[in-house]
Amino acid sequence: MTTVEETTQTPVPEGHVRLTIDGREVIAPKGELIIRTAEREGIEIPRFCDHPLLDPAAACRQCLVEVEMNGRAMPKPQPACAITISDGMVVHTQHGSEVARKAQEGVMELLLINHPLDCPICDKGGECPLQNQALRHGRAESRFRDQKRTFTKPIEVSKQVLLDRERCVLCQRCTRFSAEIAGDPFIELLERGAHQQIGTAKTADAEGWGAVTPQGQPYQSYFSGNAIQICPVGALTSAAYRFRSRPFDLVSAPSVCEHCSSGCAERTDFRRGKVMRKLAGEDPEVNEEWICDKGRFAFRYVTADDRITRPLVRENGKLREASWTEALRIAADRLAEARDNGGVGVLPGGRLTVEDAYAYAKFARISLHTNDIDFRARPHSAEELDFLTTNVLGTTPEDGVTFTGLERANTVLCVALEPEEEAPAVFLRLRKAARKAGTKVVHIGQFSTPAVDKTFGTLLACIPGEETNAVLGLREHAADVYAQLGEGGVILLGERAAEVPGLLSTVAGLARETGAQLAWIPRRAGERGALEAGALPTLLPGGRRVDDTEARAEVAAAWGLEALPELAGKDASAILTAAANGKLHGLVLGGVDPDDLPNPELAREALARAEFVVSLELRRTAVTEYADVVLPVAAAVEKSGTYLNWEGRPRPFDIAIENTGILSDCRVLDTLAVEMDTDLFTQTPQAALADLDRLGTVEPPVAQPGWTIEFEGEGPPKSPLRHGKARLATWHRLLDNGSLQDNEPHLAQTARETVVKLSTATAQGIGVGAGDPVVVSTHQGRIELPAEIADLPDGVVWLPANSGPSTVRASLGVGHGDLVDVRAGGGE
Amino acid sequence: MTEPVTDPLTPVLTKRWTEPDAWSIETYRRLGGYTALPKALRASPEQLVALVKDSGLRGRGGAGFPAGVKWSFMPKDEDKPHYLVVNADEGEPGTCKDIPLMMADPHSLIEGCVIAAYAMRSHRCFIYVRGEALHCYRRLHNAVREAHAAGFLGENVLGTGFDIEITVHAGAGAYICGEETALLDSLEGRRGQPRLKPPFPAAAGLYAQPTTVNNVETIASVPFIVNAGSAWFKRMGREKSPGPKIFSLSGHVEKPGQYEAPMGTTLRQLLDLAGGMKDGIPLKFWTPGGSSTPMFTAEHLDVPLDFEGAVEAGSILGTTALQIFNETVSVPWAVMKWTQFYEHESCGKCTPCREGTFWLAKVLERMVDGHGTEEDIDTMLDVCDNIFGRSFCALGDGAVSPIQSGIKYFRDEFLALCEQNKAERELAGARA
Amino acid sequence: MTHAAQETFGEETVREAAEIIARYPQSRSALLPMLHLVQSVQGFVSPEGMRFCAEQLELSEAEVAAVATFYTMYKRSPCGQHLVSVCTNTLCAAMGGDAIYAKLREKLGLGERLEGNEETAGEPGEPGSLTLEHAECLAACDLAPVLQVDYEYFDKQTPESAAELVDRLRAGEAPAPSRGPGLRGFRSAERQLAGFFDGEAALESVVDGSSQAVETLRGAQIAAEHGWVAPEAEDVPIPEVEEGAK
Repeated sequence: MTTVEETTQTPVPEGHVRLTIDGREVIAPKGELIIRTAEREGIEIPRFCDHPLLDPAAACRQCLVEVEMNGRAMPKPQPACAITISDGMVVHTQHGSEVARKAQEGVMELLLINHPLDCPICDKGGECPLQNQALRHGRAESRFRDQKRTFTKPIEVSKQVLLDRERCVLCQRCTRFSAEIAGDPFIELLERGAHQQIGTAKTADAEGWGAVTPQGQPYQSYFSGNAIQICPVGALTSAAYRFRSRPFDLVSAPSVCEHCSSGCAERTDFRRGKVMRKLAGEDPEVNEEWICDKGRFAFRYVTADDRITRPLVRENGKLREASWTEALRIAADRLAEARDNGGVGVLPGGRLTVEDAYAYAKFARISLHTNDIDFRARPHSAEELDFLTTNVLGTTPEDGVTFTGLERANTVLCVALEPEEEAPAVFLRLRKAARKAGTKVVHIGQFSTPAVDKTFGTLLACIPGEETNAVLGLREHAADVYAQLGEGGVILLGERAAEVPGLLSTVAGLARETGAQLAWIPRRAGERGALEAGALPTLLPGGRRVDDTEARAEVAAAWGLEALPELAGKDASAILTAAANGKLHGLVLGGVDPDDLPNPELAREALARAEFVVSLELRRTAVTEYADVVLPVAAAVEKSGTYLNWEGRPRPFDIAIENTGILSDCRVLDTLAVEMDTDLFTQTPQAALADLDRLGTVEPPVAQPGWTIEFEGEGPPKSPLRHGKARLATWHRLLDNGSLQDNEPHLAQTARETVVKLSTATAQGIGVGAGDPVVVSTHQGRIELPAEIADLPDGVVWLPANSGPSTVRASLGVGHGDLVDVRAGGGE
Repeated sequence: MTEPVTDPLTPVLTKRWTEPDAWSIETYRRLGGYTALPKALRASPEQLVALVKDSGLRGRGGAGFPAGVKWSFMPKDEDKPHYLVVNADEGEPGTCKDIPLMMADPHSLIEGCVIAAYAMRSHRCFIYVRGEALHCYRRLHNAVREAHAAGFLGENVLGTGFDIEITVHAGAGAYICGEETALLDSLEGRRGQPRLKPPFPAAAGLYAQPTTVNNVETIASVPFIVNAGSAWFKRMGREKSPGPKIFSLSGHVEKPGQYEAPMGTTLRQLLDLAGGMKDGIPLKFWTPGGSSTPMFTAEHLDVPLDFEGAVEAGSILGTTALQIFNETVSVPWAVMKWTQFYEHESCGKCTPCREGTFWLAKVLERMVDGHGTEEDIDTMLDVCDNIFGRSFCALGDGAVSPIQSGIKYFRDEFLALCEQNKAERELAGARA
Repeated sequence: MTHAAQETFGEETVREAAEIIARYPQSRSALLPMLHLVQSVQGFVSPEGMRFCAEQLELSEAEVAAVATFYTMYKRSPCGQHLVSVCTNTLCAAMGGDAIYAKLREKLGLGERLEGNEETAGEPGEPGSLTLEHAECLAACDLAPVLQVDYEYFDKQTPESAAELVDRLRAGEAPAPSRGPGLRGFRSAERQLAGFFDGEAALESVVDGSSQAVETLRGAQIAAEHGWVAPEAEDVPIPEVEEGAK
């Protein structure tokens, strides 16, 4: 290379290198793999084992290219997926090199010798990388004329995931995904050489050992569906989708998951008005290319038999179908009456889009003249309301904690949050941060959950309900964690923090004191949006406080009203108490389950006692049993809208299933409001959002010292197991009895085992061992489950909140941190 | 250039073997064992690395990489633990030198390990012994115990302040574990599948720490070099491949066995020592260093068996495992048997080796069974091309050696099998 | 631990598993020897055995199965009192290994070729029961054809000598191997491969035994007969290295 040429070359920016690919000069970031650089340049190199989010394996050898370094050709073709680019490198792909072309063709032929020619009946046919690349790069006729390898087909690697081994090309994407990304190494390579195959301990039992009743662990992972999606052939299929449709018969729509507050990007594939499957969408900022199995497989609730498609009105104690006109008229009249006679409370639930939540917020104020609205259909507190107002409201990805920010944090402290169960995408990010960036993850909880292990985390175990003291004790008892929080630390709080007095304020104080960033990660997809939309008794849309005269006037003016109700509203519990006492006459409910509420009995009483109840619902529920008018609303796939995820990031999505005739909540409320002679201007989600945008947001209030409640509790509750009493720890599992998982039998079978967890000492105290039945009870009811010994503090029992027979609120009427009776079960 | 003149046989490593109880520490010490160790420990690690580099000692596991250079890749600081791992997973067909060495003279390996570990600032050494070599495993286990008791192992070796522990580890039956990174994965309790390089073991080997993997014969040579110096070592063998080498003669020779001779000795010379071909039946083909090295024929009797000589003649030196086959042996049959071995031992990680050995074994089995075609021969050669240099590790390269070289020298024999088939019938129903 | 595993692998095995783990800087390295240990208890690696290893090492059962199915020496069905491994790799095969293997199959009444490498004659574990397998190169090519019983070498076999050997094993005898100590059965061999020799005396008793086959010593003997030697070794000081080289 001459100096003249050098001067004419564009300079290479810091951290970049200059190389040549197929004669084209390329400047690319140092450390990048050849295959990525080439791809960005539009040069597609075929591959199977390569996946940008997995560690390189270089196993399939499909991506072989010729490489010259320092002016010398490397003697063998190199895997483009595993070689990092360097300055002066010259790469010849199959387009410019006969060696690379022949190498790739050779590998393709080898991959196909044992691959069955069953494309016409294979689910992957039509979207199969092997099929596509074989057509593009393969030989027309195979030279292989001997017997192909065959296997018994298919085998169950889990109740959801099936494996046709003869189709497998052993790229190990599934095993690498499971081991690296999910941390669930329950699917592995078995056997050796040409007999090598993918399997689990259970399939190994069945195949290699011929065990009559194979007992090994199946592939139990909340993320198993990703392995199916990244399988480059049709080897892995889901029981839910297998043989259901052909890729070319499907219509795809980008969508956003409705199941948790992460807001994962998805692709919804549907046919003739029915969702056939969901796939992970790609969003590097949020879910990368992964989603959890709930997000992927739980969608048939939409087509459940008890789906409500026509309005219902109660007549002679029974619901009957009615026209929209009739139902709306009755609802409008009776709500107006209830409003004027004592008031109406609004419980929109936590699963709404921003647009729908805004419609509820506006409907409460304009049509019902009240601030009695609260989206929190779960245990909650005044302290929480304060916390949300001062610490969560208005935060955005620009100024708050983000998924990618977790990777940059040196320490992440999870308080009252089970990321794998409550926000799986957060869990994956934490694991990635710990694995790739050495982020230290600390969990304040009750026992070493799988997530503690899989985030290489530390558990700070405490008695349930005593999390506040655990946080207060950090400085003294975990000085290293405390110090690290001040050096780029992040604190994540879960929804059950609201159940522990003082916890939210204390954590807020800790964040202020250390300078750590703080994020609140609710379980439901709509809570963060409802907060911003003003579906709370003390907050108007856009972060305006009800007790702020100016803010109220601003909103009133924007809405074309003279004034808004001045009195701060009641929270969900107070609304239900007032209704149960006959003080509130009416209730409007969105997707709310009484058994999720802090006091299910009270909720049922309120529903029974209220003069008039309107329910906006998808399906027959406990609420519709009491409702006087039921108005059908659209499920997520039937409407457009925006979720605001826990980061405060808008996650807009378009309608997937069109022309169902089912309306979204905002439209239903708009029409109802019109019947009540008020205007919401929320006839479409677009209109609702535009209206909310016009209103704009205000600067969130800055937390002032002394402005939040400092914890002044009564000191730590004493709770060793005495007189058969234990303290209850409980939270929701990802896969449980939740109604949005209905109609998914295969998914349900992959749920974790329903057990009561307790320590060895606690178990001995009541005379039980592992697997023995244990009864947990209160004055209200009992739950009996097999015992599992875990590292809980003594005197503590854990129950899943809503799994199988373990319906904690409904059966026991208590929650996290409450006292329960514990004894040996069986033989009654 | 004149090669040094030595006796036809130069027993160094094998010299002690003839003593009764050669494996015990008493015998070893009586015959000059453990004299290199104190000398080595008085020198600096740098001196030892320089000495081994200067001796020209090349790895005896098959690849022939200069041992001193490999040692010099280890970091000079001790920020992290360093590991020395001895590859005693002898399994290359035809190779049978390390097992007799460990059985007869385990202390030479132990002494070599302590010196090598000191030179590489390692305090932990693992000897990964092939599981089927149970008697070697026992003898090494015993040697470690004896060396401990004598103060050659453990803390503060010979009062020098140097600490070293050796753990003898048994494999479980997998040829691929002879590949150094597969061995490391296996030693970590995983499937023995090779690792991506870089990082190379010297940067991130066992437990991702700096590691050197050396062959048994290589390490056992070290005490001799420490004692007698590099000039002495270079008086044997050839300039680029110095030293004595254990040649293992097997098969159709009158006196098979272990012959330690200077590098560069020819098969003709060795056959003379071994009493010639068994029963006088002429030589047909042979391997210079195990089945992975392309076969030679009677034309190659005078090829100097050292790293350069073997390559110049179209093969590689490998492990100097000379498998001798006479005219009674069918080449296609032998090639089929070897190919079945590679198919059985392919780890399965990469496509070319896993699928390619499967395919080649099928074709060869069919061909030996009399159902091959001339087209199959060309297909096999093309499949070999698609495996050679395309596989993840060298197993794939080795697997095609018998086929490529067998067809190169004995194509007629393959053709003859196919002619037989042509005469019979077109194979029915086998087209995929 | 599961109840089944507890019954099979008692406290002693748990303690020994811990002993294996203690040999290594990282516990997972203990998996291969631990599978040998499990095999010494049951005569094969059973599903419970894999579960036992998974529990001791805090691995998933699949991770253990992945390893157990990779290595040939881990057997999936109960083995006989002795394991007979006949080398049928090319060189041994050409020297008679294939004939030996065929002869032994016939002798043991083993019918059509089964899946996998090994087959068992007799009730597994009972005296005289034998598991027969064809082995890859056993690294004793100069002594071809070879076979191993419980990983002890029987060199330079013929179909007849091998048949006689098998007869004696079936009769409960323990013929002496060409090299190595007397036979004690497959499970005892596996216990040693797990690193347990059960005391110094026991170790000494197995460490001894012949190892000097004529072929092994051949070169050294011929050299001695002819007075051939390597160049004389003198004690040469180890050269200093320049500072710069450090």
